[in-house]
Amino acid sequence: MSTTREEVVSTVCQAYGKDRGRLLDIARDVQEKLGCVDGKSVNHIAEELSIPRVEVASLVSFYSFLYSEPQGQVRIHLCNDVPDMMKGTARIVAELEEELGIQVGETTPDGNFSLDFASCIGLSDQAPAALVNDLMVPRLGPGTARRGVQILKERGELKELNRLLIRNHGDGNNAHDLVRSACSNNLRQAGEVIFADMDRGDALEKALAMSPVEVIREIKTSRLRGRGGAGFPTGMKWEFTRAAEGDRRYLICNADEGEPGTFKDRVILTERPDLLFEGMTVGGYAIGAEKGLVYLRAEYAYLREFLEHVLDERRELGLLGESVGGKEGFNFDIRIQMGAGAYICGEETALISSCEGLRGDPKNRPPFPAQQGYLGKPTSVNNVETLCCVARILERGSGWFASIGTAGSTGTKLLSISGDCMRPGVYEVPFGIRLRQVLEMCDAEEPMAAQVGGPSGKMVGEADFDRTICFDDLATGGALMVFGRDRDVLEITSQFLQFFIHESCGYCTPCRVGNVLLQERLDKIRAGYGEPSDLDYLQRLGESIKMASRCGLGQTSPNPVLSTLENFRSAYEERLSAPAGGEHSSFDLQSALSTSRALTGRKSVHFEE
Amino acid sequence: MSERISLTIDGHTIEARSGQTILEAAQEAGVYIPRLCWMKGLSSFGSCRLCTVRVNGRSQSACTQPAVPGMIVENDTEELRELRRSLIDMLFVEGNHFCMFCEKSGDCELQALAYRLGITAPQYPFLFPQRELDASHPDIFVDRNRCILCGRCVRASQELDGKHVFGFVGRGPEKRLAVNAESGLGGTDAAAEDEAVAACPTGSLLAKRVGYAVPVGQRRFDHQPIGSEIERAQSDE
Repeated sequence: MSTTREEVVSTVCQAYGKDRGRLLDIARDVQEKLGCVDGKSVNHIAEELSIPRVEVASLVSFYSFLYSEPQGQVRIHLCNDVPDMMKGTARIVAELEEELGIQVGETTPDGNFSLDFASCIGLSDQAPAALVNDLMVPRLGPGTARRGVQILKERGELKELNRLLIRNHGDGNNAHDLVRSACSNNLRQAGEVIFADMDRGDALEKALAMSPVEVIREIKTSRLRGRGGAGFPTGMKWEFTRAAEGDRRYLICNADEGEPGTFKDRVILTERPDLLFEGMTVGGYAIGAEKGLVYLRAEYAYLREFLEHVLDERRELGLLGESVGGKEGFNFDIRIQMGAGAYICGEETALISSCEGLRGDPKNRPPFPAQQGYLGKPTSVNNVETLCCVARILERGSGWFASIGTAGSTGTKLLSISGDCMRPGVYEVPFGIRLRQVLEMCDAEEPMAAQVGGPSGKMVGEADFDRTICFDDLATGGALMVFGRDRDVLEITSQFLQFFIHESCGYCTPCRVGNVLLQERLDKIRAGYGEPSDLDYLQRLGESIKMASRCGLGQTSPNPVLSTLENFRSAYEERLSAPAGGEHSSFDLQSALSTSRALTGRKSVHFEE
Repeated sequence: MSERISLTIDGHTIEARSGQTILEAAQEAGVYIPRLCWMKGLSSFGSCRLCTVRVNGRSQSACTQPAVPGMIVENDTEELRELRRSLIDMLFVEGNHFCMFCEKSGDCELQALAYRLGITAPQYPFLFPQRELDASHPDIFVDRNRCILCGRCVRASQELDGKHVFGFVGRGPEKRLAVNAESGLGGTDAAAEDEAVAACPTGSLLAKRVGYAVPVGQRRFDHQPIGSEIERAQSDE
């Protein structure tokens, strides 16, 4: 048996040329063949690559979808983000725990099933949803999860998941032979930039007729800003990358949308992969890169084959490879790098670490990726949607693009809308649209609040509904969750914090520890033990985390608390009580003594009945 | 000769060499910026965040931010002292620290920084984590209860000892110090005289059988607060 394991590991390592930089792929492939990456496999990988074993163990322990112990053949990951929980994930959990006879986090004794949670899998518009191995299972109604498991148990053909679980395929390319997914696009409003029709090669042809510097100038003229949320001007990023010293440059597409409630890239990757690849190729030409990477989140593995196929088609058409588009000297190709379940890898320097086969720890800045990025070379990391805008700007002109939206936020924005509304899904809207209009478009049901930009954004109420979606007002990477009147603001806030605690890389003190402390105090208030001074405590702690954290995750992680303290303060205040007689209500003497009382079998001197 | 740069820290102008970080430049000028994960001779890490300063109004870690001409740095302000107390408190409640029993007491940088910043008890509730001990090595003891994940042992092992004894596993609150062998530290090539052991700022890595050798009153931080050696070096000049 051990020789088999060794052989498998050896074959996988050789397939990647024993390249330490491909450790994440190696670990993924070893797991696919052996079911997990256990201690012995870690040893073998370390030997094969001639690296310390602790580096391999470190990587494997970092990613949610890499396992050091055997898992079930069927791995059910229920999405536990807020929109899913709102639509009844707890009920599905109860159903599956009963049907499988295991708890969340366990594997059945026969090794057939394991049950776990996953942070947002990108189906908040079709909640509650689950990821079953690589298969997306949306819209779990009462009894459907149980029936699915029963079917798998009866047939015993656990490898035939797709055939057994998916009856109807979704619209558009979801029904493509290489996708065959039950997901729907839920594209409720297509705009002119991302979802208009396109002709392969059009944008690229126009770009190649210009010099790279002219292409960058065109992007700068369009005033395009990054769509991931931070809004850095794309043209400037490219200019820096092009100007940086290095014998090689890289363009990386960030397709790791992990912000809970975001799923726009899922629809782009399904319906407009050509637009994305075209934008990447234009970017490669502009910055002088020969290699592009798409960092694809593990949850979207079901799209991989399809995307590879589109890349192959583009290679055949001469739109990738050597002398792209007939342009002598311009060589460019794209590789898909799979992630392995870590929200932090959406942070650009963490994403680069992950591409390099490391833990997804963010890097210290400076140096910035434009100076020293992937493998130490100048690198531009751009969002999926941004790169699609690039292709469209080349195709239709920067003037046309800049005429859409506002002066500071040109073009359109994709919104991923979920929660308490009748029409969840993806909306392409011009920047500058009022939040109230958006809420009307999606048929929000008496909205009490909207979470703009996901957990790392902010929760706003009625008073802010007339504000506009743009970089200078309500900035967002696109997630918009709607909350109706009966939702519990503090419960939502607590779930958001739980998400950040789970997804923190743990590198820096404030993010690693501070969020745990925020949640402790928030839960104390939720349990009815809060005191007025706790609000000031939350505020100060939140501000410390924001100020001292090393990367964007930590710097935004207290936002759920800080924005609800600002906009929904009464939700906190109504649960507070002043300490009576100087005693802290959170300390319950009787329950504190209960364990020792039970152990000793006698009443304590403090016992009162 | 490398280029000279001048910047101000808390209103005083100091000189730096091109390529130096704010922390290094300050140190040479006799200005102490509190730090735990930074150690002279090791690459910068930027994890503890104790050295957070304001640079032209923005918060930055002084150990990773290069000195740039004309920078206006705030270091010893009440805002930053409060932030540092908060961070030190986090490190205390995140682990299981019992100074009164710890053989590193008086020689511990975490404890010394708490004293310097005027902390008598943490403002946050203790989290009481379950952490593993490792006594498998004949000469070195690992007590993860006291580990603050500063990575000094990890870097010292690689950069000074030419080994790879330590690393990290897990993420978030579950992040832990790990060693380069399944069987524990005893299975690695670690040695008691490794720089990695000496690099530990707390009592997380200890050489066995030498504890409590220095009497109370003669320990490193018994008479002067941590950082005063840097400040003294300047006032002596």
